[in-house]
Amino acid sequence: MKVTLFATCIVDMFQSDVGIATVEVLERLGCEIVFPTGQVCCGQPAYNSGYVEDAKKAMKKMIATFEDAEVIVTPSGSCATMFKEYQHVFKDDPVWRPRAERLAEKTYELTEFIVDVLKVEDVGAKLDGIATYHPSCHMTRLLGVKDAPMKLLSHVEGLEMQPLPNAQNCCGFGGTFAVKMGNISEQMVDEKVDSVSETKASYLIGADGGCLMNIGGRMQRRDKPVKVMHIAEVLNSR
Amino acid sequence: MAMKIGNEKFKDNVNKQMEDTFMRGAVAGAQERLRTRRLDAAEELGNWEEWRSHGEEIRQHTLDNLDYYLQELSENLQKRGGHVFFAATAEEANDYVKGIVKEKRAKKILKAKSMVTEEIGLNDVLQQEGCDVIETDLGEYILQLDEHDPPSHIVTPALHKNKEQIKDVFTEKLEYKLTSKPEELALHAREKLREEFLQADIGITGCNFAIAESGSVGLVTNEGNAGMVSDLPDTQICVMGMERIVPTFEEFEVLVGLLTRSAVGQKLTSYITALTGPRTAEEVDGPSEFHLVIVDNGRSGILGTEFQSVLQCIRCAACINVCPVYRHIGGHSYNSIYPGPIGAVLTPLLGGYDDFKELPYASTLCGACTDACPVKIPLHTLLHQHRQVIVEREGRAPISEKLAMKAFGLGASSNQLYAAGSKMANSVMKPFTKDETISKGPGPLKAWTEIRDFPAPNKERFRDWFKQHDKERDDA
Repeated sequence: MKVTLFATCIVDMFQSDVGIATVEVLERLGCEIVFPTGQVCCGQPAYNSGYVEDAKKAMKKMIATFEDAEVIVTPSGSCATMFKEYQHVFKDDPVWRPRAERLAEKTYELTEFIVDVLKVEDVGAKLDGIATYHPSCHMTRLLGVKDAPMKLLSHVEGLEMQPLPNAQNCCGFGGTFAVKMGNISEQMVDEKVDSVSETKASYLIGADGGCLMNIGGRMQRRDKPVKVMHIAEVLNSR
Repeated sequence: MAMKIGNEKFKDNVNKQMEDTFMRGAVAGAQERLRTRRLDAAEELGNWEEWRSHGEEIRQHTLDNLDYYLQELSENLQKRGGHVFFAATAEEANDYVKGIVKEKRAKKILKAKSMVTEEIGLNDVLQQEGCDVIETDLGEYILQLDEHDPPSHIVTPALHKNKEQIKDVFTEKLEYKLTSKPEELALHAREKLREEFLQADIGITGCNFAIAESGSVGLVTNEGNAGMVSDLPDTQICVMGMERIVPTFEEFEVLVGLLTRSAVGQKLTSYITALTGPRTAEEVDGPSEFHLVIVDNGRSGILGTEFQSVLQCIRCAACINVCPVYRHIGGHSYNSIYPGPIGAVLTPLLGGYDDFKELPYASTLCGACTDACPVKIPLHTLLHQHRQVIVEREGRAPISEKLAMKAFGLGASSNQLYAAGSKMANSVMKPFTKDETISKGPGPLKAWTEIRDFPAPNKERFRDWFKQHDKERDDA
């Protein structure tokens, strides 16, 4: 299957390894990956801060860039959610609304794509150790992808999953919230870091670069010996 | 006290509240309990999503036809001998109640729990008239005794206090001599309040839902105090927000079921009361005079706008009980009697952006509130809507942020700009980078790196890797 990759700006600029793992996992599952170089950011930082008009520029650019794709896959629940949000942003625009609706229909988050479209739950990955999983808010609540990551992780050979206490609580990222309300964000991420420590896991796995950057950055600052991994990297471990 | 409970800035409030480790422990514990109970109650009922949709539909229908149902409610109550007053503002509502107090030469006024009377600041007004105003909901009673400490939660107003603190308040104000056992504290409050009930001239309650078809006021309580407040005094006044109404008892039943399950995880509360006007000739108890004060105070200005759905709220606090921000900053940080996600949406609408423009930003837009709401108010979407209004319609955003977002718009819509920027990022950040980590960032990164490390930008962007990968693949 021909898959058009929406890598996300975080992966492009900060987490190449996640992008590489995504490509390798999907290729191993028989997909042919296309990466349109016109892709930029989905517009979420500006959009969530209330700058909808400024964000629309990025949205239009992305809609045009991905127009010809058959299916779009992205290793981020939050950015996939944003792609699906475009149709609401352009709800009163007769030209862009149908284009945004078509974009939404063919967009999948990575784990959702592997489990629901490719119908694969065991990707043949192998990773020894104890891990815990942080379910990111946009992916679970807004996109509604809850089970796919757990199904995939349950088949990773050698990996023991421990439940994360208070997993449902946000890690305190929230895009610009992390800097705008830094003091509150700190308390939220600290509680998340403490919950991770409680599990005694060696790996913290997530499916969203922003949340992992937040929790990982705080764990590093607090000298926590936990390795942060994007689920694509776990699925690409052999 | 009115809706606004203090003059401190949001940031200062938050910093102060977050130092209160007891409050934070109490809130976290209460969130765990209430969240679990709510989920259990929803599961026990079954088809929860359908019930939510039904609740939403009832609320939307009622709001879309609010004028009709208010008229029906008013006519039916008047037929039963009740008086109805429509108050456009807090002042009008307070003046009307004050008028009754004067006419009755009332001295002692007993109240059941009511958020709308907190919102309009009714207690202060009546006290200035020389009345003795006594709150009879246990939580509210404790707060009132404790020098009018404001509520920090809309269902459990004294959530931020522990039993030791309550014992201290009782000891100082009520000559209490026993221990901090909740049963002993409650019994003492009960004895004190019984004496008050017997002497009350006027009883004032709020209203969970008025029922248009019969002209009734529906009340949902666990302590039974609302029954005492409405039965014993000779004059009865109900104060309701104008949106708190249902067409018939059938919808009342649905919404009460959603309310009690969502608020405290109960199938029903101990007391669900419907009051319909003054006592009739055949009845032996109840007030001889019944007044219903229907308060607008900014609500009609919300109708018909993008924020209308906030008026669907049934005040269950489920959103507050799951909010990860409220969890750490507590209710008083919001500077409003309406805290948490619902407060962050409603307060700026009723009280304006001058005092409350920070509240819509006190959220990560995680959507937990929207998920929990039993009548499907899209709370996180409304918080986002506020941000858009603040930035684009009101132009209240800081200039540095505006410029940054303009630059974002430009960069994100141009291949050349994005490509150049992302390519340069690693070398620009080099002076701040050590071991692939930035621990003291410049400019906007400063706030991030105050508490966490930031990764250095990739030396090789993903797109550069892919270009190479693609080439190798084609060559192979």
